[in-house]
Amino acid sequence: MTRFLIGRVLLLVVGLLVASVIIFATLRVLPGDVAQIVAGTQASPAQVAELRQQLGLDRPVVVQYLDWIGGLFRGDLGRSLVTDGRVAPEIAQKLSVTLPLAAMSLVAALVIGVPLGVLAAVLRRRPGGAVIAFVAQAVAAIPIVWAGMLLVALFAVTLHWLPTQGFPLDGWDEPGRAFAALVLPALTIGAVEGAVILRFTRSATLGVLDADHVRTAAAIGLTRTQALVKHGLPSVALTVLAVLGVQIAGLLVGAVVVEQLFSLPGVGRMLVTDVGRRDITKVQSELLVLTGLVLLVGFAVDVVHRTLDPRQREVSE
Amino acid sequence: MIRRLLARPTGVFAVVVLGLLVVLAVVSLVWTPQDPFRADPFHQWEPPSPAHWFGTDASGRDIASYLLAGTRTTVLVAVGSGVIASVVGMVLTAIGSLTARWVREGTAVLLDILVAFPTLLTAMLLTAIAGGSLGVVIVSVGLSFGVTIARVARGEIRRIARSDYVTAARASGVGGAGVLFRHLVPNAAPLFTVQLSLAMATAVLAEAGLSYLGYGAGSNTASWGSMLADLQTYIGVHPWSATWPGAAIALVVAALSLLGDAVRDATDPRLTTNDRAAGGGPAPRTPDDPATTSTGVTA
Repeated sequence: MTRFLIGRVLLLVVGLLVASVIIFATLRVLPGDVAQIVAGTQASPAQVAELRQQLGLDRPVVVQYLDWIGGLFRGDLGRSLVTDGRVAPEIAQKLSVTLPLAAMSLVAALVIGVPLGVLAAVLRRRPGGAVIAFVAQAVAAIPIVWAGMLLVALFAVTLHWLPTQGFPLDGWDEPGRAFAALVLPALTIGAVEGAVILRFTRSATLGVLDADHVRTAAAIGLTRTQALVKHGLPSVALTVLAVLGVQIAGLLVGAVVVEQLFSLPGVGRMLVTDVGRRDITKVQSELLVLTGLVLLVGFAVDVVHRTLDPRQREVSE
Repeated sequence: MIRRLLARPTGVFAVVVLGLLVVLAVVSLVWTPQDPFRADPFHQWEPPSPAHWFGTDASGRDIASYLLAGTRTTVLVAVGSGVIASVVGMVLTAIGSLTARWVREGTAVLLDILVAFPTLLTAMLLTAIAGGSLGVVIVSVGLSFGVTIARVARGEIRRIARSDYVTAARASGVGGAGVLFRHLVPNAAPLFTVQLSLAMATAVLAEAGLSYLGYGAGSNTASWGSMLADLQTYIGVHPWSATWPGAAIALVVAALSLLGDAVRDATDPRLTTNDRAAGGGPAPRTPDDPATTSTGVTA
């Protein structure tokens, strides 16, 4: 276990380093001069040069990179090239929307995907099971934008149950309204990701339904349901956990589109705006934060999976 | 293999939908019912009629014609991403299995890291430097899935290289190239095809997402994604108008991912001939054989 942890932490650190280098290097080959873009076409060459010096863009690329990474540890990600606002506090503030959204989407995806997946497997020879599997296949293919539009059309426009768009200006100072604003976006991501989780849960459950230990448990006197719940579902849970490692990346990335669709002030929407404005100091930090979250979640899932799965424990010790 | 593919309802569905898509894309090159870009302010939001099969949109454009023209973009994005993913995947696989030991292991670690990068973030990164375009969508999906293919192929190729039949072939004097083309390539091909169809499905979804964000197809290219983006503005007035492009995207994506499933099932040697004949319904795997159901997890 210790060896595994050391290796996994190392992979995480190297992963973050590689991510930061790729992001930084890619953005520095920007076609066109960053200072020129910021200054605008009207600026004189002297003004552009002054701005370049002011922004620190005249220094060697390696120094700029180390400056960025060093600042990351001090919680200082520099200033926006366009608005001159500090980047770190803004990202932190936007995360207060994106992280709850991702967490709520995860809950929605699990609540939708896991029980229905198990049900679809148990009803494998009945029409109900086939219908669930068919619908999951269809929903998993729906573009997230359209899924959001359908939910808005149903719950906001037709039924008037929930707000169509937006987030309260006071943020979480109005917890009820903030929560309500996130319900439809979370359901949007949760439905599409939930369909994917459903399909994995179903095939994992199908696998354990006929596993020897589950059949034996049923043979020595447990009912089929007891046997499945006690001896089958723990291993299904492990499969779902392993799938989550990949799917949580989907949740965070889904947030980029969904925040735009529902006008939520999160990191995803901020990224889309800043990419449009070519505000590279912000773009590089936003991308690193989002990628870092994906890598961290992958790390956490791997460690938890390793701790919980007795088969993997036996191999390592 | 094609015959086995078509023995399944899912395989037939996938082949029919994708075949139709390609035919429609070719047709749209020479003919659409109306000019897909001609705005007609006097005929906004018309219901379906003989002149406008699917009605008209906010600027009076003929929805059927625009959808038809959009098939080209969908095919272009899917095929383009597939080609790039294949090339990148094969190059990385070759580097990861044919070079010196330290290069191989370095590549392995790098692939483990790169595979975690979400496609959409790669696309945003490239958009930040190159501006939004279909090219960026194609390149970013191609790169992402090239990495995934190489990562998945690594394990498969190691498994095949260690297998008894490769050992036997080597023992009987078959050289490196012989093993490569007679054993490695044919046995890794199904896995490759599955990943490729997933890459193409992701490409279609990514195009929709990025065009929606304003970074995909330009305004002079018909695309289902930008159609969704246009219609979102009117969601309060015409909430169901996005059904056409949305359903078109979902249909193509479902067909591509079912094609992957069907190819996997049709080529899985663990499925016996009886299982193949028995497979049917939306769940092509025969649930009674644990060996076959486990394949759903590995994909």
